[in-house]
Amino acid sequence: MAKRTAKAKSGLLFDHADWDFDTLRRTLDAIEDVARDDLGLDFYPNQIEIISSEQMLDAYSSIGMPLMYHHWSFGKHFLGHERLYRKGARGLAYEIVINSNPCISYCLEENTMPLQALVMAHAAFGHNHFFKSNHLFRQWTDADGILDYLEYARKFIASCEEKHGLGEVEATLDAAHSLMPHGVFRHRRPRQPSLREAEEQRRERIAAAEQNVHYLWNTILNAPPGQASTDKDLLDRKRDMHLPEENLLYFLEHYSPVLTTWQREILRIVRNIGQYFYPQKQTKVMNEGCASFVHYYILNTLHEQGRISDGAMLEILHSHTNVLTQPDFDDPRFSGINPYALGFAMMDDIRRVCVDPTEEDREWFPDLAGSGDWRSVLRHAWANYRDESFIQQFLSPAVIRRFRMFALSDESSSRYCTVTGIHNEQGYRHVRDALARDHDLAALEPEIQVADADLLGDRCLHLKAIRRNSVPLDPDSRTATLKHVERLWGYKIEIVECDAIN
Amino acid sequence: MAHFIDRRLNPKDKSLSNRRRFLKRVRTQIKKAVEDAVRERGVADVGRAKDVSVPTGGVNEPSFRKASEGGRRERVLTGNKSFQTGDRIEKPPRGGGSGAGRQGAPGGDGEDDFLFALSREEFLDFFFEDLELPDLVKQSLKEITRTHPHRAGYSTSGAPANINIARTMRNALGRRIGLKRPTDKEAQALLKEILKLEKITSPTPEQRAELAGLRAAYETLVKRRKIVAYIDPLDVRYNHFVQQPEPNANAVMFCLMDVSASMGEREKDLAKRFFMLLHLFLDRRYEKTDIVFIRHTHDASEVDEDTFFYSPQTGGTVVSTALVVMQDIIRDRYPPSEWNIYAAQASDGENFSGDSQRCATLLGDDLMQVCQYFAYVEIVGEDEAQLINSEATGMELWESYGRVAEAWPNFARKRVATAADIYPVFRELFARDPAGQGHG
Repeated sequence: MAKRTAKAKSGLLFDHADWDFDTLRRTLDAIEDVARDDLGLDFYPNQIEIISSEQMLDAYSSIGMPLMYHHWSFGKHFLGHERLYRKGARGLAYEIVINSNPCISYCLEENTMPLQALVMAHAAFGHNHFFKSNHLFRQWTDADGILDYLEYARKFIASCEEKHGLGEVEATLDAAHSLMPHGVFRHRRPRQPSLREAEEQRRERIAAAEQNVHYLWNTILNAPPGQASTDKDLLDRKRDMHLPEENLLYFLEHYSPVLTTWQREILRIVRNIGQYFYPQKQTKVMNEGCASFVHYYILNTLHEQGRISDGAMLEILHSHTNVLTQPDFDDPRFSGINPYALGFAMMDDIRRVCVDPTEEDREWFPDLAGSGDWRSVLRHAWANYRDESFIQQFLSPAVIRRFRMFALSDESSSRYCTVTGIHNEQGYRHVRDALARDHDLAALEPEIQVADADLLGDRCLHLKAIRRNSVPLDPDSRTATLKHVERLWGYKIEIVECDAIN
Repeated sequence: MAHFIDRRLNPKDKSLSNRRRFLKRVRTQIKKAVEDAVRERGVADVGRAKDVSVPTGGVNEPSFRKASEGGRRERVLTGNKSFQTGDRIEKPPRGGGSGAGRQGAPGGDGEDDFLFALSREEFLDFFFEDLELPDLVKQSLKEITRTHPHRAGYSTSGAPANINIARTMRNALGRRIGLKRPTDKEAQALLKEILKLEKITSPTPEQRAELAGLRAAYETLVKRRKIVAYIDPLDVRYNHFVQQPEPNANAVMFCLMDVSASMGEREKDLAKRFFMLLHLFLDRRYEKTDIVFIRHTHDASEVDEDTFFYSPQTGGTVVSTALVVMQDIIRDRYPPSEWNIYAAQASDGENFSGDSQRCATLLGDDLMQVCQYFAYVEIVGEDEAQLINSEATGMELWESYGRVAEAWPNFARKRVATAADIYPVFRELFARDPAGQGHG
């Protein structure tokens, strides 16, 4: 199929650095042919918007969304970005892509034509396919409705500002934003049983209870009556309010004694937006890796077909390698593992394992090695994994060796850091585990739950922060955030940090 | 199918409202930064953009975060060169592992002040804030452009005086050629033929027929010349003018200040704001604004700005010396025929006894005739200001200047105790008087 199209339409897609809309359209069609027929990608219809650098700055500051409600923090980000950009300290992204249907990609007008081709292949097909197929996005985000929802959110918040004053709304938003990372559901809630099912369940439960009655039970001494009743109260509360609850915003929205209806709606909006971005946070490596792999493969294919000139390909490769650089740990540019580099390297390696495996690969990936069908292996990976599980499943010794990875443990009580694993036979598994944990959002963000709140008693909200590996909360931000929680709850807040039971 | 949308022409500044909200939130900090800037900046530089840094205190967005120290953590790093499993690396002295320390650095940057740039407009907003300027004045000060008509191509309508003859004639010629209007030459040639034939006394029938043919041809030719006009209203083009920002003249501003010991930090700060405001006004109106700083004690001299504001000098106070120096400078460098002369004088009102009369004479006889405007502020203590509530009474200098003010409408004097008192001095200057348009 790919060969046929190549024959049908040959010749260079473009030979100038400048772009125009005809060239863009022609190039997009050629890219789409490869994406659909060769790679077998599945994507939302594309909408490509050309914007100027000012508009790109605008888009930056509203977390990349085309429309957003107004808040000072977006202005702060805008001013920060603007200053860095004007000083030349930082370039702008070539593109921003939005997980919506149709999938909107913003391309900067200053990009040259080869760069536009790169950007379109990257965003409009790579990211787009990932958004449409990955299970997290399918489960948690609504690509069809997000723009309408944001429009609604903006209007709603603007109307609140008119009715209740800028200050009130701003204070509520400030508080809600501070809890945004803790306003997501990490698991799908169980389906609520219908009334009939609930009734049936209740009957079954009573029947079971009656069956289990045995006179022997009566001989057990009861606990002291006072204790029993408080315990029972607590249990009732916990059941009624679904405690413990880790979605703090959800809990506050539903049970806060002081919030008014519009404030609850604002919490809900912030919570929904947080939930919409939650999959993106969990799939940085995969998302960028997928997009980088797709653009690299597609553009190379077009180059082989003679539709992209050598010069343009060089420029594309130049940008490609710039983005995919992974500096060493002792390099001043080092700031952690580059998700583009890691994702691309792993996906390229999967392809190698499928096509040209070594003995080691046969041992590590008996299912994949030599199967040859790397396209469906990758599509399967893109659809069903997130960063943590993807690394756990697919990080090969070859990639570990290539990056010369090593794991370093840091115990606060010790004067030394210890190297716990390097790229050798004994270290591969350990490095892989450590890297996967490093990409597990649940391990990176503090775990905080609502433990108890006695609405009929003292109304104190009890929060519980569970420390993993005894890493405490940052005390300054903890105090500041608790003030925000207090504003939303209206009564006293208590937070307890306790170590996780390993 | 894919859609392409060109958004480049969409309105920019989508986040303007967010930006405003942010500035509102940090207004106290910005205010302080602007005040510092006013202190540091030269009089002429006040209307520039400014980098402002704000302590993160008011603008950080807290959330529950893991502390950067404590507990046990493990990271994967790249680029191993010589490490083996089990190697122990000593942590840098101030806590944190090498990895964690590195990680801490970018996070630590965030704890520093948040730095951003204020635009000229925003900066001036803050500068004007406690000067209590009327809104109209604020607006007119901020607007930099003065307009003047400039040629900008041609238009099909306009005043007759603006007709562009060359363009009109060119259009007419094109149209005449296009519509095949017979030229004058052709008509003359035909007429000549006819006359030649008519001269023949006994024409042959062929000649007669030819003559008739020629006459008919001439008829149609004349008719065609009438139908296709030589110049049609369609051809007419006018020079088109658009209003363009235009510098219009030069102005010089004299800053006169008493620098004797009685002028303290506060007095000088107020005086500086006074000079800045006048300069902003002039800068808006004139293409080129020179500033001359004259300071005086018992003796006056022209100095640079730094010396003017910050270099202490002791001595008595003889105000007239400054006026004499100003007179000399005007004579030497700023002929009133070419320059609009403005003067601003700040003093604490003290003067060598008997000198005030001389000042009034100097002003009345000479300086006021060449000055567009002369503003005098007497800087008094805030408690003092409440005691002196009469405009009429005051120290000798104040009273003498009172007489000048009566004689000359373009002389203004005012007692100033706080920044808010400064503006009324310029009230007349900023009033939109038609006379102002003449030289402005």
